[in-house]
Amino acid sequence: MVETPTDLKYAETHEWLRQDGDGVIAIGITDYAQDALGDVVYVELPEVGDQLSAQDEAGAVESVKAASDIFAPVSGEVIAINEVLEDAPETINESPYGDGWFFKLQMSDPAEMESLLNAEQYITSTEEED
Amino acid sequence: MLLRTPLYSAHLKLSAKLVDFGGWEMPVHYGSQIAEHHSVRNRCGMFDVSHMTIVDVRGSGARDYLRYLLANDIDKLSGDRQALYSVMLNQTGGVIDDLMVYALDQGFRLVVNCATRAKDLAWMDACATGFGVTIAERSDMAMVAIQGPEAIAKVAAVIAARNSGEDSSLVASLPRFGGVIIETRHYARTGYTGEDGLEVMLPADEVEAFWWQLHEAGIAPVGLGARDTLRLEAGLNLYGHELDEQTSPLEANLAWTIAWQPEARQFTGRAALSLERDRGVANKLVGVVMTERGVLRAKQNLYCDGIDAPGLLTSGSFSPTLGYSIGLARVPVEAGSSGEVEIRGKRKPVRLLAPGFVRNGKICI
Repeated sequence: MVETPTDLKYAETHEWLRQDGDGVIAIGITDYAQDALGDVVYVELPEVGDQLSAQDEAGAVESVKAASDIFAPVSGEVIAINEVLEDAPETINESPYGDGWFFKLQMSDPAEMESLLNAEQYITSTEEED
Repeated sequence: MLLRTPLYSAHLKLSAKLVDFGGWEMPVHYGSQIAEHHSVRNRCGMFDVSHMTIVDVRGSGARDYLRYLLANDIDKLSGDRQALYSVMLNQTGGVIDDLMVYALDQGFRLVVNCATRAKDLAWMDACATGFGVTIAERSDMAMVAIQGPEAIAKVAAVIAARNSGEDSSLVASLPRFGGVIIETRHYARTGYTGEDGLEVMLPADEVEAFWWQLHEAGIAPVGLGARDTLRLEAGLNLYGHELDEQTSPLEANLAWTIAWQPEARQFTGRAALSLERDRGVANKLVGVVMTERGVLRAKQNLYCDGIDAPGLLTSGSFSPTLGYSIGLARVPVEAGSSGEVEIRGKRKPVRLLAPGFVRNGKICI
């Protein structure tokens, strides 16, 4: 059973977003996405200090099956990246919402949050894909 | 509506992720493709391969027919050798399919690919004119492959529990490429993973019970995802990737499967293939290794050092045993041992070598 926690926001491109306070957000890929990708073998992360605009390419995930780009759901500056993923990319499969986080942004425009999806809307968008 | 093997409900019970594989609903994995791959290399794993096509050839003309149909020579089937790998060629020397042919007590058994079933059967029928043969597809049979260093011992134990110690020894003592039929079950010491193991052909109405007995013996179910990474590490071809009707076996690392002797044996495609052999081939199939981060995939361009014409990846994946990416590629015959692959717009250095990266669980490159 694929999980989609209700306390997170989502993008149609399968990123989730968690608000950690003070405009800091954590970003990763959803359980639906990791399940579709299969075993992840490499992750490309942005660099600390990168300035991203919403929908910019922010990295990539490579699984045995396919390569997939990651997009910034909102604009901001990258303030942290999850280096664990370099040596243990399977963490994304095991814990997509927890230890499998990709990077953290300092949001530059909180209003952008409004165009993101809630859990129910994201689930609907995945059903439309199928 | 996708086709299902007799093991469909077993796959559901084992939490398989099912995908469309050539019109069949098959398990791509049961949780983790990489873990399943390691279980085959380190211990033992089992595959449902019932989607493959089993065809029995019998009759007084069976031997002559198969010596015409196949590029390898079934006269090699004798004594210890009861299974043979061969290609089936069209008249221009291209590969219609690759297959295993097994000796039966009466006649022969071919196992051909799933996706090529209709065209293979049509071709076999067309070639049968003038030979006294019956060609019978065995859709009443299923097939399970058990592969890995512990495979023989575990299957032997299952047979001993169900049948007898005597039957169990028959299987345990099979030589590589040997085969034996015990009651309704055909055991062959063959496989597609580069490991020791068995392929078992048996009645469809018996396969589910057999599968659960194997499972109880501690054998892990393994999906088609791991099947592909295993065969790639072993340097084995996959029809539709390294082989197709426009590809000569001489450019697919399969020259060794062509039985040119005796010269009097006419097999389909021989004339065209002889011309090509005598002229010299233009391309070869090589193994590709990339230690940079990233994954090689089919259809990526491969630029061989010092050579203008690019080669092409025919297969690529991450190798769980090596920990980086490997592939197979068709390149000009003059290509050396280094090059660059173009991946998502960037060029990355690769090593080129003879196909084959892991043998019997050991890295051999």
